[in-house]
Amino acid sequence: MAKHVVAAVGEIPPGGRKLVTIRGREIGVFNLDGAFYALVNRCPHQGAALCTGAVVSRLEAPLPGEYRLAQAGAMLRCPWHCWEFDIRTGQSWCDPNDIKARTYNVSVEPGEALAKGPFAAETVSVAVEQEYVVVEL
Amino acid sequence: MIPAGAIDCDIHAAVPSIRALLPHLEPYWREHILRRGLERDNLEASAFPVAAPINARPDWQPASGLPGSSLAEMRAHILDPLQPRAAICNVIHGAQMMMSEDLSAALCRAINNWLAAEWLDRDPRLRASIVVPVHSPDLAAEEIERMAPDRRFVQVLLLAMTELPLGRRQNWPIYRAAEKHGLPVGIHAGSSFRHPPSAGGWGSFYLEDYVSYAQGFAGALNSLLAEGVFQKFPALRVVLIESGVSWLPASLWRINKTWRGMRAEVPWLDRMPSDIVRERVRLTAQPFDAPPDAGALETLLAQFGSDEMLLFATDYPHWHYDGADPLPAGFPPGLLRKLLVDNALATYPRLAA
Ligand code: FES
Repeated sequence: MAKHVVAAVGEIPPGGRKLVTIRGREIGVFNLDGAFYALVNRCPHQGAALCTGAVVSRLEAPLPGEYRLAQAGAMLRCPWHCWEFDIRTGQSWCDPNDIKARTYNVSVEPGEALAKGPFAAETVSVAVEQEYVVVEL
Repeated sequence: MIPAGAIDCDIHAAVPSIRALLPHLEPYWREHILRRGLERDNLEASAFPVAAPINARPDWQPASGLPGSSLAEMRAHILDPLQPRAAICNVIHGAQMMMSEDLSAALCRAINNWLAAEWLDRDPRLRASIVVPVHSPDLAAEEIERMAPDRRFVQVLLLAMTELPLGRRQNWPIYRAAEKHGLPVGIHAGSSFRHPPSAGGWGSFYLEDYVSYAQGFAGALNSLLAEGVFQKFPALRVVLIESGVSWLPASLWRINKTWRGMRAEVPWLDRMPSDIVRERVRLTAQPFDAPPDAGALETLLAQFGSDEMLLFATDYPHWHYDGADPLPAGFPPGLLRKLLVDNALATYPRLAA
């Protein structure tokens, strides 16, 4: 498992995303309220580019008519058939235990620590005074 | 051959004529009906021409009057040979769907009184569904309240194709009252006969009319699901009566598939629709759109994904089978006990008590 620096922290604002390719694999990195998450850019249903879908809120209703916007911007909606996936866990809304998008560990690390290595930064140049989003793969 | 002690979840007692209801009407409504001369009509609500063969098996044709209108004949034709432990009478009548809500309710009350006095009091095997004015949910709920103390009434009877999709909130007083009293809602094949039987308008032929009823049921079920009736009334059970059965698996696949992408539109629908249906919806197994062979039947039953959904019924006096065996050929013997007894007991709390 290698660490890959995919972005400087400021590059992905809350609600934003960045698509990166790590070892030939397309991955979407999302900032949800200041925390970062990474999902494979491939829908477990039929393979659409999941991470290009709309970021939507989690809409719930314990009973008909009792609408609740539970978590703003927490879901990713597949551009093909609109299945929703939790950005944090990759779990689908419709079948959370059996249908999941692959997720990757993400951390935020100071450039100083990264400078000691080992890490791979394909496209991002690392400065010691900055913080970086790091995906493990 | 069906062993004695089965539960027949759909037999039909027919109101012989409005005249027969006169003693069971409140004085005001008796006067109203007599002044209008309505007693000369019998408000027959059959979807088929009265003489259509399906209305009565040849050997169940009455000497006179409407098929199913005589208790003596019902005994001779079905209750004595079959010896059911219980049989649920479903009355289909113009009273249920007429325009005047008050007259509709008055006639429904009379029918329920008539059922209790002329049928339930006379044969301990009989049970009945509460007949209600289906287009008047508040009055329907009142009638459920009035009849619920009589435990021989085990269900509330609605029709599949009504003016308003069945799940709509205007109908909720019916479901609230039914749930409160532990009464399943039975949705019987039928219509108000003032809107087309298919979504595409009026057909030309009886064949298409009859076959399209299955889509009417699918529409009713989809409405109940989408509107969240099963969430709003968590103890409510629904029985589809005379719906045929083979349409259901494909209909469930279709709603499941679409729900996966559309579920945010109906966020209360928080589980696969098919899971809800398996838990809360039952179907009477007459008519059974018999698959061509036992293998296909087995496949169909497997597609239901539950062996608790089908309820035995003869649909007396309608002509769906001949002889003494109403079961589809090749019905797995291992499932018989559930079909004949256990599933009905689990569905109708008042039968088990
Ligand atoms: S490919 Fe994503 S929902 Fe179908």
